[in-house]
Amino acid sequence: MKIGIPREIFEDERRVAATPPSVHKLIGLGYEVVVETSAGEAANYSDEAYEKVGAAIAADTKSLWQEADFILKVRAPMENPALGKHEVDLMKEGAFLVSYIWPAQNPELLEKLAARKITSFAIDSLPRISRAQKMDALSAMANIAGYRAVIEAANNFGRFFTGQVTAAGKVPPAKIMVIGAGVAGLAAIGAANSMGAIVRAFDTRLEVKEQVESMGAEFLVLDFDDEDGSGSGGYAKQMSDEFIKAEMALFAEQAEEVDIIITTALIPGKPAPKLITADMVKSMKPGSVIVDLASERGGNCELTEPGKVAHHHGVTLIGYTDLPSRMAKVASDLYATNLFHLLTELTPEKDGQPVVNMEDDVIRGLTVVNGEDVTWPPPKPEAPVSPQPAPGTEEPSAEQKAAAKKAADRRSLIGKGSLLIVTALALYGVGAHAPESFLQHFTVFVLACFIGWQVIWNVTPSLHTPLMSVTNAISGIIVIGAILHLAQAENIAVGIMAFVAVLIASINIGGGFRVTHRMLKMFRK
Amino acid sequence: MSTGLVSVAYVVASICFILSLGGLSHQESARRGNWYGVAGIIIAVGATLASVGDGGITAIVIAVLLGAAIGIPIANKVEMTQMPQLVALLHSFVGLAAVLVGFAGYIEPLIATSGTEHTIKLVEVFVGIFIGAVTFTGSLVACGKLDGRIDSKALTLPGRHLMNLVAIIACVLLGAWFLGTESMALGILALVVMTVIASVLGIHLIMAIGGADMPVVVSMLNSYSGWAAASIGFMLGNDLLIVVGALVGSSGAILSYIMCKAMNRSFISVILGGFGQTTSSSAAVDSDQTVHESTVDDVCEELRNADSVIIVPGYGMAVAQAQNGVSEMTKILRDRGVNVRFGIHPVAGRLPGHMNVLLAEAHVPYDIVLEMDELNADFPDTDVVLVIGANDTVNPAAAEDPGSPIAGMPVLEVWKARQVVVLKRGMATGYSGVENPLFFKDNTRMLFGDAKESIDKLVNGLRG
Repeated sequence: MKIGIPREIFEDERRVAATPPSVHKLIGLGYEVVVETSAGEAANYSDEAYEKVGAAIAADTKSLWQEADFILKVRAPMENPALGKHEVDLMKEGAFLVSYIWPAQNPELLEKLAARKITSFAIDSLPRISRAQKMDALSAMANIAGYRAVIEAANNFGRFFTGQVTAAGKVPPAKIMVIGAGVAGLAAIGAANSMGAIVRAFDTRLEVKEQVESMGAEFLVLDFDDEDGSGSGGYAKQMSDEFIKAEMALFAEQAEEVDIIITTALIPGKPAPKLITADMVKSMKPGSVIVDLASERGGNCELTEPGKVAHHHGVTLIGYTDLPSRMAKVASDLYATNLFHLLTELTPEKDGQPVVNMEDDVIRGLTVVNGEDVTWPPPKPEAPVSPQPAPGTEEPSAEQKAAAKKAADRRSLIGKGSLLIVTALALYGVGAHAPESFLQHFTVFVLACFIGWQVIWNVTPSLHTPLMSVTNAISGIIVIGAILHLAQAENIAVGIMAFVAVLIASINIGGGFRVTHRMLKMFRK
Repeated sequence: MSTGLVSVAYVVASICFILSLGGLSHQESARRGNWYGVAGIIIAVGATLASVGDGGITAIVIAVLLGAAIGIPIANKVEMTQMPQLVALLHSFVGLAAVLVGFAGYIEPLIATSGTEHTIKLVEVFVGIFIGAVTFTGSLVACGKLDGRIDSKALTLPGRHLMNLVAIIACVLLGAWFLGTESMALGILALVVMTVIASVLGIHLIMAIGGADMPVVVSMLNSYSGWAAASIGFMLGNDLLIVVGALVGSSGAILSYIMCKAMNRSFISVILGGFGQTTSSSAAVDSDQTVHESTVDDVCEELRNADSVIIVPGYGMAVAQAQNGVSEMTKILRDRGVNVRFGIHPVAGRLPGHMNVLLAEAHVPYDIVLEMDELNADFPDTDVVLVIGANDTVNPAAAEDPGSPIAGMPVLEVWKARQVVVLKRGMATGYSGVENPLFFKDNTRMLFGDAKESIDKLVNGLRG
């Protein structure tokens, strides 16, 4: 089967659905690949690069669409103004398609695809389960958008992100608030944090607090009884009115203080919630920046103009809707890899023939048109069940834990105390009854134990084997005792015993040092 | 040579030994440390020889040279994978030497003593021989187990704790009798009987300890050999022996402690042995879980596309002698710009630091060989983890399943990486007998087969 990679015709779309490395891998799955000329140009991939890995190059748009049995695209199919024809109509009947489709917003497109019997996979409808993560283009793009949002904000912000004390004066660090801690929000937090800004983040889903903190931001908490905003599939749900009121109060308070606001709040199937009012924008310091990642869906800020940079009350409002496309190369790389993983799932035999297995949850969720049937929406996924502790393994209550800990502490205290007493008694016994000569040796012994204790803790774990062999070698020092006996032996039996002892202790010394030397010689950088 | 000079020489030798152990704190200074040790021994032996004068000098020189002539060639020939056996065997020599010197010291005391001093000396003789005998036979058994001549499974006789206890009580009673008797013949009889009991005790103690607890056992025997030397030092009134014995003894004790901590088990439970037999697998694995098998080609592809790779070797790598292949693969990947690192669990292998020595032998640079704590945080950012012949040290049950027999043992958290490839001969459980949920994880791929063959194929695949 032949896969076709068309050039994207959506305005300012620079991404491409396959890169030379992904084309190489697609060919490995048994497909042929044809790429429209200059399809990858905006993402810095030349036609030659595609040819080199075995793709054919289609000279014009029409021939590509007619040749291909399986189209991989970024944007949903649309009217091609140059040819005066809709892209769906350009396709072969009965072909396959993978792209963004947004089936909820585009019912007509689904009808159109079904009429042409085009089996279509909407990459944006991927079920959010861990097995499907490798195909999750939304997350991949959101990650890029979050990073780029910080870059755009920095570009429009007249100060450093990091605070500095210079000879020319002190510069305060930038304060950034990120609203919505999804993939994009977390990426923005990470980028802003690594540039040195002070980052705060807010999300209605309390479960993301840990993630936010792990990225180095402070999690803003509402002064409100805990209503959790987690909906199905890991997305947020709409909140109660009181909650929204408390939330808005928090934003109003923060708006006066922070320099940059990055909003990423989206609720599936609804317009973006308006979180930043015109009054809040007015209250911000002049020179502040707002980046609205929800602008494609109406924007989180009342004053956002989708696709543009606007200026109101001295505040720059960035409403770009094409942030991933502004980083076309990495966006294409990631998107192409997502699609390759999808095709791997679709082609279990690696024979270049896609199999639509509607029993598979992931494939079922993605398939919005199967042959001539519209199969969207898929059956509801089960709501995530928060893991219940298995019966019998319930977490002990706080008091029980505290009591257990106390008991353990007491036990260890008793243990330590009795050890101390025993040691003291033993020392007393030795001191009171042992003769002077023994005490001298005893002193040496105890001090040597302590030196050993101090020295050995410093030994690096990777040298523990050489440590054992070298201590082994030096414990061969027992040879001295044997030598003294051998030298003064009067009894033949003692002589033989001493001789054997000297012999084996010498084996130990020679062998131990030699093998340690061999081992240490091997360690190298 | 005057006793003053000998004492000074002994002090210098002691310092040499301390510097020798101190040198091991870094790879750079380790070789110098070894030479300090050699210098210490030469000074000590030289001073001793000078002090004894002519008596028996020929016999001594013959014995020393003969010993060195046997020891050095063995050390030259030994394979790095056989290091644990060699170390155990050398421990047994120290034990035997302690027994022999102890007997000699009883029969022909070097310094005449009387009264309390005499009693103390007798105690020292008795304790020295006891520890020496336990070390001697225990190390021989450990050596046999490590070499595969003795079944490495824990031998659990019924009432084994009672038997050990009886043996120890018998030795104490014998000791009391030994102190009470005036006759040399009866004293020797008591010593011989005690030596036999201690030897049996040594065999039984180590027989009851299974294969994966060997790092603890070997370091424990290391410690014993030190204490044996120290008690002989007390007997002879020789400070050098006491110092060295104490150094070696505490070194072994610390190593045992580190190893026990790495397995989240108490020292007592290791010594009492029998782990693995009593555990029923509480973490019963659901029968519908499947393993994902992988092929050499797929793994090659994964490795080619990876930016960062962590290799986790275990005893299986040592058994299959795969370390050279692993090193070769590391080199190829590093030349491609892949960030390759090694994660070593403290109890991987049969000897503390065993994996480090094997990797060093295969010319893996030591600065990419890291410890568990240095690496655990990095797994989530790692593309591919290759687990080669390790099992219990990468078992997620230790961290996730409180009912598991190995719960709480610190493990390498490999399952947090994007992809885990496990090289393994079959689906057998590890030493602890605990099922490993890692093999059933979605991001785990199994590559079945002999580790060496699989690695060699991977190397060929990566070259091609």
